[in-house]
Order: sequence, then structure tokens, then C-alpha cells
Amino acid sequence: MKNSFQSTPRYVASPELVATVNLAIDLEKPLLLKGEPGTGKTCLAEAISESLGCQLIHWPVKSTTKAADGLYSYDTLSRLNDARFGDGDVNDIRQYIKMGPLGEAFRSSERVIVLIDEIDKADIEFPNDLLHELDRMTFTVNETGDTISAEHRPIIILTSNNEKELPDAFLRRCIFHWIAFPEEELMRSIVAIHEPQLESKLLDACLKKFYWLREQPMVRKRPSTSELVDWIRALKIGGVRVETLHDELPFIGTLLKREQDIDALKKPRWRT
Amino acid sequence: MCLGSWVTFLRALARGHHRNSLMGLYVCARSILIHKEQDFDTFDLAFAAVFKGNEHEFASRFSADALDAFENSLFEWLQDPKAFPALSDEDRAKLDEWDWDKLHDEFKTRLNEQDERHDGGSHWIGTGGTSPFGHGGVNPAGIRVGGAGGGRSAVQVAGQRRFKNLRDDRVLDTRQMGAALRKLRHLVREGAEDELDLPETIRATGSSGGEIDLVFRKPRLNKTKVMLLMDVGGSMDPHSQLCERLFSAASQLGRFQKFESYYFHNCVYEEVFTNIYDRRPVFTRDLLEKLNDEWSLIFVGDAWMSPYELTHIGGAIEMGHHNPVSGLEILGRLRKATRKALWLNPEPKRIWGAESIRMIRELFPMSELTLAGLEEGIETLRRSA
Repeated sequence: MKNSFQSTPRYVASPELVATVNLAIDLEKPLLLKGEPGTGKTCLAEAISESLGCQLIHWPVKSTTKAADGLYSYDTLSRLNDARFGDGDVNDIRQYIKMGPLGEAFRSSERVIVLIDEIDKADIEFPNDLLHELDRMTFTVNETGDTISAEHRPIIILTSNNEKELPDAFLRRCIFHWIAFPEEELMRSIVAIHEPQLESKLLDACLKKFYWLREQPMVRKRPSTSELVDWIRALKIGGVRVETLHDELPFIGTLLKREQDIDALKKPRWRT
Repeated sequence: MCLGSWVTFLRALARGHHRNSLMGLYVCARSILIHKEQDFDTFDLAFAAVFKGNEHEFASRFSADALDAFENSLFEWLQDPKAFPALSDEDRAKLDEWDWDKLHDEFKTRLNEQDERHDGGSHWIGTGGTSPFGHGGVNPAGIRVGGAGGGRSAVQVAGQRRFKNLRDDRVLDTRQMGAALRKLRHLVREGAEDELDLPETIRATGSSGGEIDLVFRKPRLNKTKVMLLMDVGGSMDPHSQLCERLFSAASQLGRFQKFESYYFHNCVYEEVFTNIYDRRPVFTRDLLEKLNDEWSLIFVGDAWMSPYELTHIGGAIEMGHHNPVSGLEILGRLRKATRKALWLNPEPKRIWGAESIRMIRELFPMSELTLAGLEEGIETLRRSA
């Protein structure tokens, strides 16, 4: 098992991001990632898991997720059912305690990575409710009195899409990184991973159009990396020639997903 | 920024994460000390101001003896009271527990230990609130609040004063507003009945003589949605600070399921803006589409303008803006979009005589933008729900 993270064949990270990830791992602090949608926040956790050779435990957060769900849940329903229909030993509460993602990570015999994905989706109290567990890496199962402590501090990675502000007390404990939208050069290597055979002239033309499109103020849902890759793929399959790209945008539906954006772009004043 | 983060930062340096380079230092400092991307720019400015022209000197200091250099800068920082405007109550309470010499010694011990690479993080980690050092650090006698320090320099006393002003003036106000806004929070049980109602199940099971009777209920959801529309026209300039506070109270509160804010100039027409500076427009009809009775619509503005700005097509006073629909008509549509609407006026009630204010009050319940007014207004919103 390695101790420092580096870009993987499938994920290109900027040097700044690599340094920040390693900082968070070494200081044993949660790493909070924010950034425009489509900048690879979730993928990063997978890349770290691949690079370090640790198991990744994914905890997708929903608006109804409670902090306690991450630790354990007590399946009262099964127990009630067993009490009624007589299957199993209902006196043994432990068999009705199910570990959540964090609980699993604490009990793991080796270091794992926990990805708490889209933490801003949950209620405002959610991050605060996790403070203690993330600080001390221990919690108690109320029903049995058992204390679960992490043998190996898991690496905690959190992502947020900025739907809600996170509480200050929580932010203070995190290492924070804003994944900036990739510059042209980085984007080139990202595209190369997905489309290694691409003609460099076509790539140049695509990137030029793509970044131009992102700068248009009337485009409200700006295309992101995955949309660029889809677009390039479409162009390749459609056999579009480089010259065509100078004055038109074929397969624009792969880049712009809102009808209003496409309409706005069609107005002559937004042409270059 | 808090001391806990600062000590984490020092720990990162002691463990060599800056890799003897300014870029490394930049990454460490920003990722540990800055928690919001909105502050990155300020951080960059500060970083540039400190290091511009001194790159070589600093680089050599790091590689020569990173610990010494940073120990020194920590103490400089500790002695500079300007750096402490954002202490929390909790931190402040801890200030009295430690004194300067003890801190100094303690810190040195920690640094030395750190140099020896203590890998068991729990000893240091407490910085956020458990390690005594985390809080003790902020006790150069200069900013001790209350308690006779004795022999303090004039600069330090001045620092104390500044610190207090900040608290009284801004922080408390935002908090009070936050407390008032919190009352808007509205929890409802909604959706599929998939939550086991344990007390009710026990009762039902008991009353059916031990035959298990499962009772389910709908889960509680936070359904509060708030839309804030703020006037940033010229006549609102004297109130900008107050509005800013209301805005930060509302956005920091984060207790709403959704919170959106927009700006307008004097009156709402077919477009509003998401940002004062680059004026990115949003169509009012999009807002209208979005609004329903789940939303609380709160206007902030003096509602003071010439009546024609409200009533006339093309009445907008902005150069080059010809509104095809009158402001009053747009306001009327917004009013109809939700039952819960409120207009907060920063001007005192006694001067609400203007014709435009009268017309707007016919549409919206209006309250003063004071603490009392805000509470009254929110009560109105709650009642109209």
C-alpha cells in the first residue's frame, strides 16, 4: 500500500491538487472538494483509491440522509418481526445492528477511503453532527453500549456542489480544495485519456470552440469536461472535418443541454 | 481564520509539506487556512503582498530553518491584534485560561515534538477544540478580553478596543437577524409513509393484545424556500451595510431548503440580477415560473421612486432600458405567485408618505428593516402560510 497519491492513468490531477490530497492524507484531516459540476470531484476519490491501493467506501448523501445513517442503523423492524414470528434470537440486539459506511470504515482491518459525496445535499445539521466522529474516529452504539473505534484512520473525502453553505466549525477542520475548471493544457491530457487516437488538429479546433463557448455570457449551463468528451466522440463518429468547425457547431446538443442556450447562440450577435 | 487551523498549518510545515518552495507554501496555506473559495482572491492578494520581491529571501529562510522562521512569524502574528476580528465566543472564553509564557513554552515543546515526527495524530489534532494549545495560543496579554493583564502596551490596548467594536457593531446584528429569520423554518411531514412510528406502533400493538401492528408515518422535511430580492439602486446606498447584513444573515443561516437572492435597480422589471457587479441577468418570468406557495418572497427596498417608474411602460430610469411591461404589473405578478410575500423597507415608517410606497403597500405587507420590523414581518409571513 502506497502512502502518497499521484495522477493515475485514468485521472489527471493538477500538481496543486496532488499536493493538497497528500497534505490531507498526512495530516489526517478530511479533504473537502468543491468545484464546478463535471470537474471530477467524485472521480478523484476513485483515483486516490486506485493510486493508494485502498478500498473506497462510497456514501452518497441525499436530502434525507442523517449523520447517524453513516454510523449504524438499528433494524427495529426485523427485530419486531422476529419477535412475532420467532425466527432467530431476538435477545441478541447485535444481529440487528447494521454498520453504515463510516461504521464499516472504522471496523475495517486496513485503511480505507470514505467518500461522503455531495454533503451539501443533506440538512444543515448534517456536517455538524459528524464533527465528533470525524475528529475522534469513534462512536458508541447506543443499543448495545459497544464502542466502535477506527483501527486505521480512514481517509475522508467530502464533495460539495455549493448548494448550501457548510457550517464554519466544520470547515475549520477540513483541508479545502477548489477544483478549478481545467486549463486548456490540462484538458488536452484529459481528452487524450478518453480519446487517445485523436488527430491533434481536430483537438485544437474543438478546444478552441469549447472554451469560446464557455465564455459566452448567454450560455447559462456551461458545458463541462464530460460534455466535451461526448462532443468529440460525436464528431469522430459523425466524421466531421476540422474545417467545418470554423463556422459551425455540429452536434451542439451534446454540449448545450438547455434549449434557451442553443437559441441564444443562434442569434447572429453571438456569432464570432 | 482560527488558531486551530493555524496550528494545523504549522504542523504541515513541520512535516515538510511546503517542500521548501513558495508554491508548496501557497498550497499548504490556502488549503488549510482558507475554507471558502470566495476568500481565495483575498488570500492571493495577501500572499502576493507579503512575498512580492522577497521570494529569494523567503525561500532561503524556509530551507535554512523552516521551524525558526515560522515560529517567529507565528509570534508576530499573535502579537498583532488586527488579526483577531473573528474569534468566536468559545475561543474568547478560553483566552483567560492561559498566559503568554506558558503558551510560549508549550508551543515550543509541541514544535520540538513535532520535529521529531510524532505520527500519532491525536496529540496534535485536537487543535480544533480539544488540545489546550489550540485555544491557549491566542493569549498574548494584548488581546485578553477582561481581566487585568498588567503592563500592556498601548498598541495592545488599542487592539482590544477594535476587537470589541467589531463584535458589537456587526456580528451581533447579523446573529439577531439570523435568529429572526430562523423562525421562517418550516418542517412538514410529507412524502411516502416510510418512517416507522415507534411510539405509535407500540401503542397499537399493545391495544391489539400483542399482535404486532406496524404504524408508519411520513418523514419530516424542511420545506422552507426563501427568495430575497434586493434593491441596489442609488437611493439605497445609505442602507447598503444594513442590507448586506440581512443578506449574510440569511445566506449563512443555511436552514432553508432553498435560498436564492437577486438584485434589482429601483424597481423590478423583466430582468433581475444574480450579482451586483457583473450584472448577470435572470428573467423575472423564470422566477415567476419557479415561485409557488412553498416560497417566501422577501423584497428589500425603499420603494421610493417616481410613480411613473411603477405605472408606465418604459418608465425604467436606467439609460437604454425600455421596459415593455410596467413595474407595477410585474410586482403584481410576483405578488400573485406566492401567498407568502413581504417587503422590508430600511427607511423608518414615519417617512413612508411617498406615492410609490403607498402603491407598493397596496400589494405587499411592508415592515421596517429593523429587528422589530423583521420579526413583525416574519410573523406576517408565517400567518399567511
